[in-house]
Amino acid sequence: MAAYLIRRLWQIIPTLAGVVLLVFFLFKYFGGDPAEVLGGLNASPEQIESIREQLGLNEPVWVQLWIFVKQIVTFDWGKSWATNESVSNLFATRLPATLTVMLPILILDVVLALPIAMWVAYRRGSLTDRSIMVVTTVALSISFLVYVIIGQYVFGFQLGWFPVQGWSDSLWTNLVTYAPLPVLLAVVVGLAPQTRLYRSFFLDELGQDYVRTARAKGLTERTVLFKHVLRNALIPILTNIGLQLPTIFVGSFLIEVFFSIPGLGREVLLAVNRSDFPVIQAVTIYLAVLTMLINLLTDIAYKIADPRVVFK
Amino acid sequence: MSAVLPASAALEDTQQKSEGVWHAAWRRFKADRVGLVSLCIVLAFLLMIILSVTGLIGSKWQDEVGVPNAPPTFIGPKPAAETGAIQSPQGPNVDLSDVDPLAPRYAEWDEKAKQFATTETVKLETLPLGGDRLGRDVLAKTIKGTEISVFVGVAAALVATFIGTLLGAYGGFFGGKIGDFLEWLYNVFESIPYILLIFAFAAVLGRGVESVVIILALTGWTGMYRQVRAEFIKHSNREYVRSAEAIGASNFSRMFRHILPNVSHVILVRTSLLTVGFIKVEVILSYLGLGVRVDQVSWGTMLAEAQSELILGHWWQLATATLFMAVFVTAFSLMADALRDALDPKLRGLE
Repeated sequence: MAAYLIRRLWQIIPTLAGVVLLVFFLFKYFGGDPAEVLGGLNASPEQIESIREQLGLNEPVWVQLWIFVKQIVTFDWGKSWATNESVSNLFATRLPATLTVMLPILILDVVLALPIAMWVAYRRGSLTDRSIMVVTTVALSISFLVYVIIGQYVFGFQLGWFPVQGWSDSLWTNLVTYAPLPVLLAVVVGLAPQTRLYRSFFLDELGQDYVRTARAKGLTERTVLFKHVLRNALIPILTNIGLQLPTIFVGSFLIEVFFSIPGLGREVLLAVNRSDFPVIQAVTIYLAVLTMLINLLTDIAYKIADPRVVFK
Repeated sequence: MSAVLPASAALEDTQQKSEGVWHAAWRRFKADRVGLVSLCIVLAFLLMIILSVTGLIGSKWQDEVGVPNAPPTFIGPKPAAETGAIQSPQGPNVDLSDVDPLAPRYAEWDEKAKQFATTETVKLETLPLGGDRLGRDVLAKTIKGTEISVFVGVAAALVATFIGTLLGAYGGFFGGKIGDFLEWLYNVFESIPYILLIFAFAAVLGRGVESVVIILALTGWTGMYRQVRAEFIKHSNREYVRSAEAIGASNFSRMFRHILPNVSHVILVRTSLLTVGFIKVEVILSYLGLGVRVDQVSWGTMLAEAQSELILGHWWQLATATLFMAVFVTAFSLMADALRDALDPKLRGLE
């Protein structure tokens, strides 16, 4: 186990190096001159030159790369070009809002989609199954945007059940007042694809021999479904949840933009619009690290879900 | 009936008419009602897009032909009170010529103004599917928007397919150092959350149709690469490839003349799935202002405008853009599903 962990962590290094190189060269060669972005339209050539000097842009490429790596390792990204807020502070203040919205979404998605998918898979071929499949196909083809626009209009504006948008400093107020509408909309929209996906996982398992054996020896349907099928379907389900986990940190930027939630997703989007490179670079690299670590944790979770899994 | 035929004749018959993969796929596709209907809808959209590209329809989407927020024709014009227009005063103007210092020159200016031709434009009260904030025809706008959104989706999918196929073919065929390098590249792209990768590329590549195509293609090739690579690994040791090698076919020839046609159905299915995905992402990017430029229109920019119009009760732009998009994307996805079932029944159930 320990040997496995160490080897997996060791394997992360080349990928991480690749991410750093990709981000570095992408912004270096395609991103325009940072000094001109920073200096603004009215900067004199001398000012531009002094900014270049400060950022180390006149150094050779490998020195610049070294500066970049040092920033990553020391978590010191300096300040946002647009707001002069330190990048680490920006993360720390924006992340709670994102998590307040995204955690309920993730949990509700899984809790709702699993039973529905199991039910639909169990009743495969029936009218319920087919109508749910048709509904999800049509539901998937309409852009997420439309649901949010109409949902916000109907529930927030017309019916007045929820505030149209807003955010406060108190976690409790946010959870009970401002978060419900975005959470509701995101869950409703996310449910269709999740159900389809989980349905296919359950269908794979329901066709297996062990299910027939379990039924043949007289187990109740409940035991077959919840003790046998669910446990076996857990591996693809865990993979899927693992894939979604990193996204909860950057948040659903659309939700955050629509509902004016001061989260990380909206901040990244603002950074893209303002050419605020340090913020984008930092978010991209740390999220990549996080994704790799979560993938590792998912693999370990396999072992807990299925003792047959052997770490190689 | 076949029972009365001699066995040898039946055998000969089947040998002559051995069905090609595309022929068999078309036979299976034809049997799929849903697939056929979807294909017709997609073809109708393509026809509309061709007409739009050649400028026959939708080319005047920027003309302000109607009154602002003109309602659709089937609803009828707005009542005058609601438009908020100030009634123009009736009766003759008060004569101010004795105090107006400019009065002596009015006649002269009228003379000069007559030298220029002026046309009275009549703004329409209603438009077939309504007008937007500036009085532009929503129908023409949607047609143009469809053209751009679908073009972006298809073009990006083609470029992503090209990148993915090329890298997948090299990675799967050669393996070894090249394969390791490409796998590393794949892992790098996969380890960054998709939307962040798009944002990072969008931050440096800017706006416009071409940029969006490049952004989507450069970030979306990984799935194609993975699948093509798996197919090439599977095929590169098959007998037909070994025999091609034995008669001296070059690496390039074996990869792209022998193996590629045999995996092309997998690529086609993946491309159609990519197209649907890219269209949806383009809509979101354009909505956020990271997509097409402001002088272009796509479904995404229409939805962005529609959001503020909806609050004022002007729902037609939202409805039209959503309807076009929903019909096209549903038809295209169902067509892709039918295509997948027809070309490779083994892939059924793969989402």
